[in-house]
Amino acid sequence: MSVDYQASFVGHPPGCAYPKLNFVEDSKVVLGDSKEGAFAYVHHLTLYDLEARGFVRPFCMAYISADEHKIMQQFQELSAEFSKASECLKTGNRKAFASELEKKLKDLDYTRTVLHNETEIQKKSNDKGYYTTQAIEKANELASVEKSIIEHQDLLKQIRSYPYRKLKDSDFHPYEPECGLDQADGSCEQDLASSELAEPGETHPYAHVPSYTPKLIKAKSSKCFDKKLKTLEELCDVYFFTQTLDQLHQIERTFRGDVCYLLTNQISRALLKQQSVTNFLFEDASLLDEKAPEKQYRGCQRLSQDAVNRKCLEELPTPKVVISLGSYKSSVECVPIKMEQEIEDSQDPTMAESITFEHQDNLDYLDADIKGSISSGESIEVLGTEKSASVLTKSESQASLPISPSPQGGRSKVGSRRTVSEDSIEVLSTCPSESLIPEDFKASYPSAINEEPYADDEEGGLHFSPKLSLDNADEQEGGSKPENLLQVDSACCIGKESPGFLEPLAELGAKACEDEDGVVSIPPQPLRPPEQGLHGPFAGYHCPDSASGGLLSYELDPRYLAGSRDVSKTSLDECSDTTSYISSAASTCSEPTPSPAHPALPAGERHKKKAGQNALRFIRQYPFAHPAIYSLLSGRTLVVLGEDEAIVKKLVTALSIFVPNCGGYAKPVKHWVTSPLHIVDFQKWKLIGLQRTASPAGANVVHALGRYSRYVSVLDADSKTLRGPLYRGALVPRLADHRTQIKRGSTYYLHVQSVLAQLCSKAFLFTFCHHLHLPISETESEESVVSRRMNFLKLHLGLANEDVKIVQYLAELLKLQYIQEPERRGNPLLRFDYVPSFLYKI
Amino acid sequence: MALDGLADLSQQLSARLPKRPQVDGSAEGKPEHLMDLCEGPVQDVPCYTQLSPLPQQKVVSKTASFCWTNPLEGSKRTERIVTKKSSVQTIGEEQIQNPYTELLVLKGHQDIVRFLVQIDDYRFASAGDDGIIFLWNAQTGEKLFELHGHTHKITAIAPFFSSGASGENSQFILTASADRTVIVWDCSGGKQIQKVSCFHSTVKCLTVLQRLDVWLSGGSDLCVWNRKLDLLYKTSHLTDAGISALLELPKNCVVAAVGKELIIFRLVDRPEGWNVLEVKRLDDHQDNILSLISVNDLTFVTGSHVGELIVWDALDWTKQASECNFWDTSLHNDAQPEIKLSQSPNETSVQHLTSDEECVFAAVGKGIYVYNLQMKRVIACQKTAHDSSVLRIAKLPNRQLMSCSEDGSVRIWELREKQQLPAEPVPTGFFSMWGFGRANKQANQAAKKTQENTTICFLELVGDLIGHSSAVQMFLYFGDLGLATCSADHLIILWKDGEQESRLRSVTLFQKLAQNGGSQIKF
Repeated sequence: MSVDYQASFVGHPPGCAYPKLNFVEDSKVVLGDSKEGAFAYVHHLTLYDLEARGFVRPFCMAYISADEHKIMQQFQELSAEFSKASECLKTGNRKAFASELEKKLKDLDYTRTVLHNETEIQKKSNDKGYYTTQAIEKANELASVEKSIIEHQDLLKQIRSYPYRKLKDSDFHPYEPECGLDQADGSCEQDLASSELAEPGETHPYAHVPSYTPKLIKAKSSKCFDKKLKTLEELCDVYFFTQTLDQLHQIERTFRGDVCYLLTNQISRALLKQQSVTNFLFEDASLLDEKAPEKQYRGCQRLSQDAVNRKCLEELPTPKVVISLGSYKSSVECVPIKMEQEIEDSQDPTMAESITFEHQDNLDYLDADIKGSISSGESIEVLGTEKSASVLTKSESQASLPISPSPQGGRSKVGSRRTVSEDSIEVLSTCPSESLIPEDFKASYPSAINEEPYADDEEGGLHFSPKLSLDNADEQEGGSKPENLLQVDSACCIGKESPGFLEPLAELGAKACEDEDGVVSIPPQPLRPPEQGLHGPFAGYHCPDSASGGLLSYELDPRYLAGSRDVSKTSLDECSDTTSYISSAASTCSEPTPSPAHPALPAGERHKKKAGQNALRFIRQYPFAHPAIYSLLSGRTLVVLGEDEAIVKKLVTALSIFVPNCGGYAKPVKHWVTSPLHIVDFQKWKLIGLQRTASPAGANVVHALGRYSRYVSVLDADSKTLRGPLYRGALVPRLADHRTQIKRGSTYYLHVQSVLAQLCSKAFLFTFCHHLHLPISETESEESVVSRRMNFLKLHLGLANEDVKIVQYLAELLKLQYIQEPERRGNPLLRFDYVPSFLYKI
Repeated sequence: MALDGLADLSQQLSARLPKRPQVDGSAEGKPEHLMDLCEGPVQDVPCYTQLSPLPQQKVVSKTASFCWTNPLEGSKRTERIVTKKSSVQTIGEEQIQNPYTELLVLKGHQDIVRFLVQIDDYRFASAGDDGIIFLWNAQTGEKLFELHGHTHKITAIAPFFSSGASGENSQFILTASADRTVIVWDCSGGKQIQKVSCFHSTVKCLTVLQRLDVWLSGGSDLCVWNRKLDLLYKTSHLTDAGISALLELPKNCVVAAVGKELIIFRLVDRPEGWNVLEVKRLDDHQDNILSLISVNDLTFVTGSHVGELIVWDALDWTKQASECNFWDTSLHNDAQPEIKLSQSPNETSVQHLTSDEECVFAAVGKGIYVYNLQMKRVIACQKTAHDSSVLRIAKLPNRQLMSCSEDGSVRIWELREKQQLPAEPVPTGFFSMWGFGRANKQANQAAKKTQENTTICFLELVGDLIGHSSAVQMFLYFGDLGLATCSADHLIILWKDGEQESRLRSVTLFQKLAQNGGSQIKF
């Protein structure tokens, strides 16, 4: 980090050039401490603040992981994503800065008028012929105000011209909010534009901002330190601020999981993009539709359900305090991260208190550190974290329990059960599957986004909205003093300049701090949402009832969190069945239903895992799994007949992973039907769950099934029989080996995907080989083409018996997909064979 | 439930169970061709166990485990055996000769679809009880037009081709409806051209006389119209029941079926205007005439409700031959008394006739009969070709026949020469043909009685199309483009030759690839 943030404005000698705004590029560094096993991608940016020295305030955002490779491998991606977030912040900041300047100009103008009037009055009243010192003072004041006006006007001009200057750079992508989503923003922009029209130096268009009344600016400008620093939210427009948060959340989500998982994902996505012709067959539509999330991402606008979710995440703060005693350098390229002390907590309200008890002894040298950092006079973000040897956790019940250095209670156990890398944004460190207890890495201030499986942690990840209920404030009052004492240091070292740092309890904190050493520093108060009380019970365990109760106000389904968490680590941390999965996710909710408000992709992942699990069970349990799967792959509708809806649906889910998509968006799978089937159903659906009842209506159902028996294979879930064509190929056994060593659903799903991808490539080759379908010469007979085709299928593609039909069916789907105009899809063909059926029994 | 029962049954019987529960389980006496169709009884599939590592797996039997006529009876063995004696021929699930392996369901109609009419090489129109006419592309199944105009069900439809003065051909459709109107539609624009609503009764048949460039409408009276929809002539009130069929005969004559009678009209185009003269009434039929077709310029054939078939000379309107009760099952009374139990007059009614130069093909009750015009006798028959009445029959190329029935299926038959020794008594009818156990004995007796009634060909079922859930009202054979069927289940199904379609798609694919320059495929 070698950025000189000092603009030449403050204290520049009179008569010299106008202050110049520095437009500083972001800088990106990787910091790390291999000994401690913490690495961070740190993205530095500067924001403009009228009250700051040089008008700039440095911030940084960081992505912290225990895995250096992850950071290094993903550096480009991280950098790109963080740049977007940074650009979003800066755009908002420029806006806010400009409007702040305008206000300031108005103030100055008003002040000038007042001063001018005073001077006039003095002049008139003055008949002595000489100027009193008072008059001279006034005149000087007037002059300085006028100078100030000019300077500010110049600043305004600079900030406004910024985007135009920057646009010349090819790689500059101004952040553009989507219109319609933020009316307020739009109008604000209008304001800005219209006020821009009016010459800044001239009469100010007060009419535009009727609510604002100019204030008199005192001649002696107060020192910077007297004022509280603006929060990030104030520095940037609220809208842009929340957008950035969304983006950061998105980044965290994107980079969840360990590096090989990420890389595999990226590779497979890249590969998928190349298989544009065949990937509709078996790939997840949501995966193919990769652009959608990206767009959201870029626009970082998710105001729908998603936003609600996000909000949930944000609303529960994690009052983490970093007590940093780390080495400090004024201009650091690489700051070794040392985590001496981290106080981790979820959102226990008593956290802060316990911290103070715990660290009373530390306070002394903390103070020293504070002074040091202040006296240095450098405003540079310091990333200093030290890992404390002691893991600070709390048992769930303690209210005033001092934090003991040893991990306690179920929490740490829960933590160690997790195997995903606990990556986080902001000053957080994480550990992947090692035995390190993640909690001790989570020392941070409230703005951290934690990758945490718990509801509480997840929620506590990011918190910027300073919402405090009264009782909370009261509650805090008691412990505020020691709290603040503790937090001074963090505020000084990190809090003040750290990115994303917000001072929700500004008043409280400021008071306490000012008392102490007169430095404006806003302590990172543990933030508690109004519902905080309810979170007590599940700080340690996750009592489902209270959890859901407590989260109700956030419209948060605890299962959602469990689910999403689980999803994020499907490949790594997965248990062989749903029940254990629940427990691993530290949620005791009895039924893991997909969360309603969850974005599509994780839901898909979830489905994959579940389907894979069920499929695995199916192929182990049913000896006739092969003909059943063959039916699906060859386009013959498979009807799962049974009385129990749950069993049938489970089977359908299991088998759905083998169903080739016919080109529509959804797979042609119907989970549950109670009415008799018609020919149209076989055209539309390739896998149907059908209810069997004893009633006459049920007889009709069976009757219809019998009538159309040539189009369907019937898997009877009750009597465990299958009626369908014979299968003697080699492909399905590979796909569904009942003696497979694969134990996990998602692993099996991936196995299936890979075999199917192979199959798709065969189908692709077959479909797009010209001479296999058309005669080479005009004289060639159809028979020879047919024989060549069969030859190719059997010898070149190595397909045996019925496998040929699978590839032929897939080829037909490929052809249809390729030649049909998009608008005509939805008129699917029903292809069938006249082949005998057999009855398979267990 | 049915599955279970059938599974048990199939194990017990150790025999192939037919899809329709009628074929005798014993294989003895089966002709060669049948043996081909249904491979022997239960057997383990030899290579299956090798390939599949599933030890407990058993292939229990080849089944078609549901029965069409009564789904519930499958569970009771006794019932099943009884039903075996009814004798609808079935074909297994393996149908090598059936080319239709792809289908496309065309939805649009809201009620029974009764009529399909071909407009040109690739288009057809459908109409039915909902009063809507749809125009379809037979190749793609695309809906071209939806024609609204009638308020009641459609009672007759006829295509009308006219070549204008400038040489351009235009296709029209005439539709008559129970709302007593006739509308002329333009097929290329999908618009109503003209509507005639001066009828006193519902028009039940429409005939276009291309040669005279007029068309006739038959209801309670007969009207002659020209292309511009000018009423040229109108006969007096003929009957309340109305004309059920009209047929053009040589020498500007028209024959109309009115109840039991056939009336011959002659159209006279005098300078002062058109006139229609009633020339002759033929009342040889004992019951209502249901079908009336022309074989060639010299012959036409009629069929009645009680199973009479009369061949007429088209020039002098005399009876050339008649077959009154050759399909009367009474012939076989002693042989197969069971069959007669449910005999009803409906079973002998001649629902539809079609012909080629040699033969007349008749849909009689549930059966199909082939009547040779030269030999003046039935040369082949299939007494119970379907489970219920056969509604339409058509001759396809390659000596194939197609029939559709109220049972919702369409069947494809092939007319084959019977290989037999001249000395051997000719077995009668269908039963001996299929080699039922008792049939041989009884056939001898039957053959003695009806020497002249013997068949020298047989109809072999080569395929059936099951798709509709209700009676198939009509079908339209489009040759290479496939087959369109319409049904009381409001659907039209386009049946296609899967192989051919696949090939066509490949051709299209490579054309498109060539157009795109392969740019869409990235390797």
